[in-house]
Amino acid sequence: MPTLIVTTLNGTDHPIDADVGRPIMEIIRDKGFEDMLALCGGSKSCATCHVYVDPDKLSLLPPMPQDEDELLDSSSHRQPNSRLSCQITFTAALDGLRVVIAPED
Amino acid sequence: MVIRAFDVVIVGGGHGGAQAATLLRQQGFTGSVAIIGDEPDLPYERPPLSKEYLSGEKNFSRILLRPEAFWAERDITLLTGMLVTAIDPVAKTVTANDELIGYTHLVWAAGGRPRRLACAGHDLSGVLTVRTRADADAMKAALDRIDTVVVVGGGYIGLEAAAVLAKNGKKVVVLEALPRVLARVAGEPLSRFYEAEHRAHGVDIRLNARMDHILGRDGHVTGVQMADGEVIPCQLVIVGIGIIPSVEPVIAAGAAGSNGVDVDAFCRTSLPDIYAVGDCAAHESRHLDGQRIRLESVQNANDQAAVAVKAILGNPAPYTATPWFWSNQYDLRLQTMGLSTGYDDLVVRGDPASRSFSIVYFRQGRVTALDCVNLTRDYVQGRKLVEARATIDRVAIAKVGTALKDLYVVG
Repeated sequence: MPTLIVTTLNGTDHPIDADVGRPIMEIIRDKGFEDMLALCGGSKSCATCHVYVDPDKLSLLPPMPQDEDELLDSSSHRQPNSRLSCQITFTAALDGLRVVIAPED
Repeated sequence: MVIRAFDVVIVGGGHGGAQAATLLRQQGFTGSVAIIGDEPDLPYERPPLSKEYLSGEKNFSRILLRPEAFWAERDITLLTGMLVTAIDPVAKTVTANDELIGYTHLVWAAGGRPRRLACAGHDLSGVLTVRTRADADAMKAALDRIDTVVVVGGGYIGLEAAAVLAKNGKKVVVLEALPRVLARVAGEPLSRFYEAEHRAHGVDIRLNARMDHILGRDGHVTGVQMADGEVIPCQLVIVGIGIIPSVEPVIAAGAAGSNGVDVDAFCRTSLPDIYAVGDCAAHESRHLDGQRIRLESVQNANDQAAVAVKAILGNPAPYTATPWFWSNQYDLRLQTMGLSTGYDDLVVRGDPASRSFSIVYFRQGRVTALDCVNLTRDYVQGRKLVEARATIDRVAIAKVGTALKDLYVVG
């Protein structure tokens, strides 16, 4: 099974088996990482599933829609490699992807 | 006899209760923690019940707040299927399914139960509410056998359910007793917009509707009898007319409260070591000049849970979070910032016909809330205006080309 590497708020890397075809937010939440709040459950109405994605893998991700971009602006921790993990479906091509859970605002 | 006791007992396994338990552990609490819930399931998200869960887009495991192992790994005891019926604030016990359970701190996060109709036929099979997984499952199970649904109540829950059912090919009639949908929660432009959208999707929206009773045969609903004599045949009635806060045990124990249970800025009830959070917690809102309100939202449940946990852990910080809310219907994403309650003026930014616009609400010349439809930019940028209670010229704010962030002046 492909691997997703999740970096929690304390900086620890956790490689996990990841189902392809599921939103990365759900994969992280369902592995029990409490740092992943994902309050709106993937409705694109909060930014509490904010992650930083490996910069060199950003190009493998689907382009960011305008509303996701705007929602990320609500975080004071936004970086150039910020994404909402509820909006990224994990695929085999993303095997080995590292995502860092962003701090809450 | 007390068989079990926990340092923290949380009553209610919704967003608020689950988040309180999670935060206790996240913030280093090592005492024993239990969540008592009257449903059989693990804590789950309620908002999808009228949306993605009802439509079948998400199955139940996808709406669990946390995976099953999460709770055991953190030594959080889940007591499911147990209804708390009494509290003894002196002995510090709760009674659940005839068992006495001791507590040191009690967090009341029991939410509410759907308000039901009182008319004849309200208890027929096929008359459903939308609050629990069981409710949504009953609705889903009925879908194959029905062609017409009457939704009683044009609030968010009723409209969300109507949208899913209409997309599912059902004939949907929405009965709203007031002159517009969303009348209690939004301004008229938003109501009119959603009425038009639903009608465009084939939903029959009836305003000022006077239902007399529900008709049935062999115990099952067959239609709705209107006061003017009309009969609307249907096989399912969905009642979305609000909730009644579930607070009877805590009120009977002596806590203050008339609509829910009263809490202070730290989510403390008037009884020692008993906190309340979420839909049932009546708090003085700094966003409404201290008016005591209940807020039924994920945001409120989550943020109040954080406030209660801080107080329990001895680092109290008052509840000040800015309310936000969302409702998804069809391809429309409504996002709300602040509280529009009591507004005395509003401005529409953009053309509702474009299906992307926002409404800015004012009270005494100050921005108090925004409703944004398919317009995340205003939702995000409007937060500062709401938090600052900005005074902004209504002509300036109506200009769509002006970004809200450019209207925010620090100082």
